Amino acid sequence: MMRVCAALVACFVIAACSEKSPTPTFHAEGYPEQLSAWGVLSARNGVLHVSKGATPYDLATPLFSDYALKLRAVSLPDGAAASYDAEDVFDLPVGTIISKTFYYETDGEPGVVRAQGTRVVKDGAMPLRGVRLIETRILAHREAGWIALAYVWNEAQTEARLKRTGEVIPLTLARADGRREAFNYLVPNANQCAGCHATNNTTRAIHPIGLKARHLNKPSTFNAGFNQLDWWKASGLLEVSEGEAAAAPKNAVWGDAAFSLDARARAYLDANCSHCHSNVGPADTSGLDLRPSTPLGPSYGYCKSPIAAGNGSGGLPFDFVPGHPEQSIAVFRLETTDPAAMMPELGRAVTHEEGVALIREWIAKMDGSCG
Amino acid sequence: MRKTLIAAASIVALAACGEKEAAAPAGDASYQETLLLQLLDAKPGDVITIPEGKFSFDRSLSLAVDGVTIRGAGMDKTILSFAGQVQGAEGLLVTASDFTIEDLAIEDTKGDALKVNEGENIAIRRVRTEWTGGPKTENGAYGIYPVQTTNVLIDGAVAIGASDAGIYVGQSHNVVVRNSRAERNVAGIEIENTTGADVYDNVATDNTGGILVFNMPNLEVPGAKTRVFRNKSIDNNRKNFGHPGTAVAGVPAGSGVIVNANDQVEIFDNDITGNKTANVIIASIFSSSLSKEGMKPDFDPYPEGIYVYGNRMGGGGKNPDGLDLQALKVAMFGPTGAIPDVLWDGYVDPAKMQDGVLPASLRLCVQNDGAEVLDVDGPNGNKNPRLAAADHDCALEKLPPITLTGPLAE
Repeated sequence: MMRVCAALVACFVIAACSEKSPTPTFHAEGYPEQLSAWGVLSARNGVLHVSKGATPYDLATPLFSDYALKLRAVSLPDGAAASYDAEDVFDLPVGTIISKTFYYETDGEPGVVRAQGTRVVKDGAMPLRGVRLIETRILAHREAGWIALAYVWNEAQTEARLKRTGEVIPLTLARADGRREAFNYLVPNANQCAGCHATNNTTRAIHPIGLKARHLNKPSTFNAGFNQLDWWKASGLLEVSEGEAAAAPKNAVWGDAAFSLDARARAYLDANCSHCHSNVGPADTSGLDLRPSTPLGPSYGYCKSPIAAGNGSGGLPFDFVPGHPEQSIAVFRLETTDPAAMMPELGRAVTHEEGVALIREWIAKMDGSCG
Repeated sequence: MRKTLIAAASIVALAACGEKEAAAPAGDASYQETLLLQLLDAKPGDVITIPEGKFSFDRSLSLAVDGVTIRGAGMDKTILSFAGQVQGAEGLLVTASDFTIEDLAIEDTKGDALKVNEGENIAIRRVRTEWTGGPKTENGAYGIYPVQTTNVLIDGAVAIGASDAGIYVGQSHNVVVRNSRAERNVAGIEIENTTGADVYDNVATDNTGGILVFNMPNLEVPGAKTRVFRNKSIDNNRKNFGHPGTAVAGVPAGSGVIVNANDQVEIFDNDITGNKTANVIIASIFSSSLSKEGMKPDFDPYPEGIYVYGNRMGGGGKNPDGLDLQALKVAMFGPTGAIPDVLWDGYVDPAKMQDGVLPASLRLCVQNDGAEVLDVDGPNGNKNPRLAAADHDCALEKLPPITLTGPLAE
């Protein structure tokens, strides 16, 4: 009996050691119950691996998601490439899998996550000691369109399980200065995924948001010495002419003072708002269009009255009141954590104090007055 | 034996009474997962039936599939409670067409109760939206809120306690709101930037403003062609508890029916009484609390082609909201007098004047037995307010009734 058990244990150990790195596996239908079925990531022996065939990338200025760090990776079908577009999301072929893993650094205290962190994937791997993996979201491009699925990591950080109805995960945020606040981290349900990713509220088709030239046009975090777009081109992921690549628009890094204040604020509003606040997005009902191409006027929020903001007005008159962040609705809505008033409506439960400070400074230095 | 049975029966009866009087249970939370999955997996043609009971939710519900019906057991029997909501700007958000929701209540949402954002053929029947703690500024903004929708029916609904509008139809086309009741909201029923709406057989009472027909600047489409008829808009005298900065925050307490910047509005055969500022207010954007500076240049701020006739009005204007109107009332009508039934802010578009008068089709016409019109002379800072019924004794071409089409055709 003992021997049998011992033999079994040995078998398990051998299996674990000889486990091959998975490869991205596209599922043309169904909803795989486990993240590992997609083969884009694997967590083995306390290390998160990005599979060969999945390319990590990041954005100049990303969406704020309760201070979560994000590991993004894209996997294209063999031999296929994305087509470049200067403004819109790149055209990604059927069979593309995009994964986005949300995680925090921790001090080991259960349920407490840090607002700051620097841990990233290096050479396709990231040690998980001092890391809490929360969820991995998959966007997969099927014949009928994109689907969005959220997988929640288990406590052992070995596997993530499909959670189509979403989940609320209570966490405590530890800010850099030691302040702590409890918050409810939201894993979105499939419809809530569409709340942001159905960027056209008429067609309601789900699309990626971040895979745009202006977000990706930055020095590569993962391949030193390369511009990220150039790397994509060089590695065959992206079809783009040299002229297009040279003229590619470029968003500012919101926290990098080397960029102008205006460029940083606009990049921040682009990443956090414009997927809904566009001319066709779910928030076109508001008349507020925060795409980078919109000039600073009433449509961009300058001296613009609310339409149906309800509690979201915060008792203030206009979205942006030049020189007066304290009178600006946008600042109130970015700051508040009241679900009825906060912006964005989804995916934020705590205040991004540093982001709000940027928008405050931008408004404070804005010229003009609302009369 | 017989006696024993009767005794037992009465004990059961007593127990039942006791249960009824106990505090309402927080609601069954285990149903959330079930309903979320049903909404996610719904297929066109599905009917999602929600049983009798009170069910609690900590997140927004959402539906993105066309052709789905959600049906409860009655607006006082099937209750979706969001009192414990920690996330989401709505109770139920629908982004789909051919949608029907019937016979249930949505209570105590953090934001809007029921929002339908873009879609056609939307039927909302016998749905109650309510903030059960009574009217409060921190209540959600809208009860029933279809926006950018086409071919819409709201029938037999009840909306209570919204901090903005109880029933709010925004940027929509071909709309019927009827047999519904709006009370203790800031605005009872509001039709905004909507083209073609019939609002009839409703009751709006105890709101700040009863029935509003507004056009807001900075939107893609202006609204026009709303008929407000056979409604009761009575005693809408509640102190404004809206959020400053919102369009309704400027609504004076005691407004029966308000038209602001909207065109071709017909108000007839209503009972509009006891609204202490004025039973009917016709105003331009210049008399609203909205920004004039941020207005797009092509926005038309004037109400034009407004026809008020055959209503039963009275008992209004006795205690108008705001110092200016109070002073004006006392100066013109004495301390015991009243603002007349129809109050007009006096703004007309100078660009549209022909030989000093507005073209007939753009006028404000009032043909309502005994109803006086007060022109408060807004453009001149209320310097020369005057009674002006004689100037407005005209008729306008009547609007055709709204015909609901497709699956909502009657």
